[in-house]
Amino acid sequence: MKYLVPIAVLLGLIALFAVGLTRDPREVPSPLVGKPAPAFALPGLGGTPARVTPADWRGRTVLVNYFASWCAGCRVEHPLLMQLAHEQGVEIIGLAYKDADADTQAWLDRHGNPYRSVIADNAGSAGLDWGVYGVPETFVVGPDGSILFKQIGPMTPEAWETKIRPLLGVRREG
Amino acid sequence: MTPELGHFALILALIAALAQTLVPAWGLWKGNARAQAVASSAAQAQFLLMAVSFAALTWAFIQKDFSVAYVADNSHSKLPLVYRISAVWGAHEGSLLLWGLMLSGWTLAVSLFNRRLPAELSATALAVLGAVATGFLLFMLITSNPFARMYPVPLEGRDLNPLLQDPGLIIHPPMLYMGYVGFSVAFAYAIAALITGKLDAAWVRWTRPWTTAAWAFLTMGITLGSWWAYNELGWGGWWFWDPVENASFMPWLAGTALIHSLAVTEKRGLLKSWTVLLAILAFALSLLGTFLVRSGVLVSVHAFASDPARGVFILGFLAVVIGSALSLYAWRAPKLATDGELRLYSREGLLLLNNVFLVTACFGVLLGTLYPLVVDALALGKISVGPPYFNAIFFPLIAPLFVLVAVGAVTPWKKGEWRAALRRLRGPALLALAVALVLPGLALWLAPVSASFGSKLTVAVATWLALFTLGSAGLEVWQRLRSKRQHGVATAAALASVPAGAWGMTLSHLGLGLWMLGVAYVTGYGVERDVRLSPGASADLAGYEFAFEGVRESQGPNFTADTAHVQVTRAGRLVADLVPEKRFYPSQRSVMTESGVDARLHRDLYVALGEALDPQNPNGDWSLRLYYKPAIRLVWLGGVLMFFGGLIALSDRRYRLSARAAAPLPAATLAA
Repeated sequence: MKYLVPIAVLLGLIALFAVGLTRDPREVPSPLVGKPAPAFALPGLGGTPARVTPADWRGRTVLVNYFASWCAGCRVEHPLLMQLAHEQGVEIIGLAYKDADADTQAWLDRHGNPYRSVIADNAGSAGLDWGVYGVPETFVVGPDGSILFKQIGPMTPEAWETKIRPLLGVRREG
Repeated sequence: MTPELGHFALILALIAALAQTLVPAWGLWKGNARAQAVASSAAQAQFLLMAVSFAALTWAFIQKDFSVAYVADNSHSKLPLVYRISAVWGAHEGSLLLWGLMLSGWTLAVSLFNRRLPAELSATALAVLGAVATGFLLFMLITSNPFARMYPVPLEGRDLNPLLQDPGLIIHPPMLYMGYVGFSVAFAYAIAALITGKLDAAWVRWTRPWTTAAWAFLTMGITLGSWWAYNELGWGGWWFWDPVENASFMPWLAGTALIHSLAVTEKRGLLKSWTVLLAILAFALSLLGTFLVRSGVLVSVHAFASDPARGVFILGFLAVVIGSALSLYAWRAPKLATDGELRLYSREGLLLLNNVFLVTACFGVLLGTLYPLVVDALALGKISVGPPYFNAIFFPLIAPLFVLVAVGAVTPWKKGEWRAALRRLRGPALLALAVALVLPGLALWLAPVSASFGSKLTVAVATWLALFTLGSAGLEVWQRLRSKRQHGVATAAALASVPAGAWGMTLSHLGLGLWMLGVAYVTGYGVERDVRLSPGASADLAGYEFAFEGVRESQGPNFTADTAHVQVTRAGRLVADLVPEKRFYPSQRSVMTESGVDARLHRDLYVALGEALDPQNPNGDWSLRLYYKPAIRLVWLGGVLMFFGGLIALSDRRYRLSARAAAPLPAATLAA
């Protein structure tokens, strides 16, 4: 009987892996949640200040959205970001991740600009510190400068309603 | 043309592997000796074809043949030659090809050295190795062909991941794979023993050197990986309990247990079915490691390429290979059971205890590695298990092993006498205690760092364990010498009479002790500090003064770099001149840190360059991270000693003598 134990353990593991393979491993919470947002000092873009650091929005709860003109998922979430920024007054900071300034500007001109300020992270160095592994990614940063939540992939209406809106304290309209 | 040649050789290798499996299997079934003998020739043909295939891919990299998709993805016209060659195993497809080459190399070695074995056993083992190779070759040809062409041909490659452009990465993967794949030989012999029902002392003597060789390579591979992570990742750590690190560490733990249980089976004929199970387990964990790394089930810093289709294939492969091995085990292992008596207080009893701790530690690591997957599979959310869990599980489980090394060295086989053991260990134990009371304080006095009482106590206890191990590791050899001397043998002759196996064991155990010493000090007394410095300013750490001299831009072959100069002084005397860099690789738009390290046996000084806090002005303030890492070199030195211990042990005469008795063979260790 005891000689059957190893094969039983193996079968259990295989079942586990089979389920695991159907899951998306990228949906892992950021280890940064609950920690202070990593500092950076990067140039702003198109009229926004020349130097932006996370200290600039200390005291307010903001969304920090990593995006890029070359990114398809960013187009998907863009209308929602526009609506949040212009109709609900959410403060969104955009980090243009591994992008050329001219391309970012052209993209914003064409599709509209939902960002209070746009920061050029040309080399992706801030993204590296923030643990970004693909755009778009959106962080909720609290008034004390700590990261409250991280959305991997495009922002969706349900993520906004269930996860992010409660953190921002924006009241439901009507 | 060359890539097609490589692809074709790979297909032929698959056919050879099939022949290596099926023909001898048929021969075993029908009792046809000539069909069984085909296994060796097929194995040799398979190795040649794999070598041709590997050479073809290497040639494509050397020639910068960007029409091959894999080359275009992992090379660049400005990539230096040495990295173009190591880029062959820099990503998924090439890693598998290297895996396959190693497997066929080990198989070749088996086919060359197997002449003294019973023909049936040898044919069975080669057939098992052929089956494993068949699976891997199918996997490569179906999901991961490294020779696939790309049209239109890109003008420029996308470059090798800059993380992998490091000397440590040139030999780390080959060493690691040598170890992983090497356990396939012990696995094949375990299966052969189950099938033929023969597991005697000759089988063990045959299996032991193969296991030790695989273990030694794995040890070296892990050590090199740790050294690479320390230098290249810029976090100053040497082990992160990352899923991929765990994937290499679990087979190591199982393999270590196997080496010790093989000793019991050889000397006493006990624990046979347990030894067979460990041999299966060590290889199963190697395959599991490949699955975890290559399927993307777990996220890690190492998982560069992941693809669910590949995951499904490897999972199926794992299920077939290990599933059939364990089914065979369930069916046949009861026949291997021995009714010899095992006393707890004897060397074999202590080795069994060693196995219990090692396997439990291995299971703990497995649990921590897979736990996020379990939680996810049960839809309980996403979690990650971090170093606190692993440290809490692992260290208490391995601490007893250090005492076991000492007690084992003075305990004879069959029946020990604990009073005698205690008497012999009193000296080393008290000596270790004396040093453990002084050394931690001395270290703090030489390099003042703030440490809590808890960590001071841990350092003292770990120092005692390490020194006790170091002091008693040599007792076995010393006893042998003393008893020879008492019988009037001259010292030189007595030294020569000590078998290589005993020297190898001693050296490996010394390595273990040094490793523990290093771990204790670097974990307990290592300090780090984040600082903001303007050129000319300096910061203190552990009694050293780090003066920041500023940053200059420099140009590498395929990157530009910000190179900083940091002068370290101690009491006004210059100790080291460190040059940490931040490299920007334009081909991948990525930034890498190259830390500046000054290494001494008793400490490392380590500086990682952070960001220019004012990017407009590179002569302004920079953020820097400073580390003081006491004794970290001992961590790797321990691994290196274990590696050499393994090599020495496998040169033991008793493995060679019995080989020579049957047929004149070159007394080399391994041809692979």
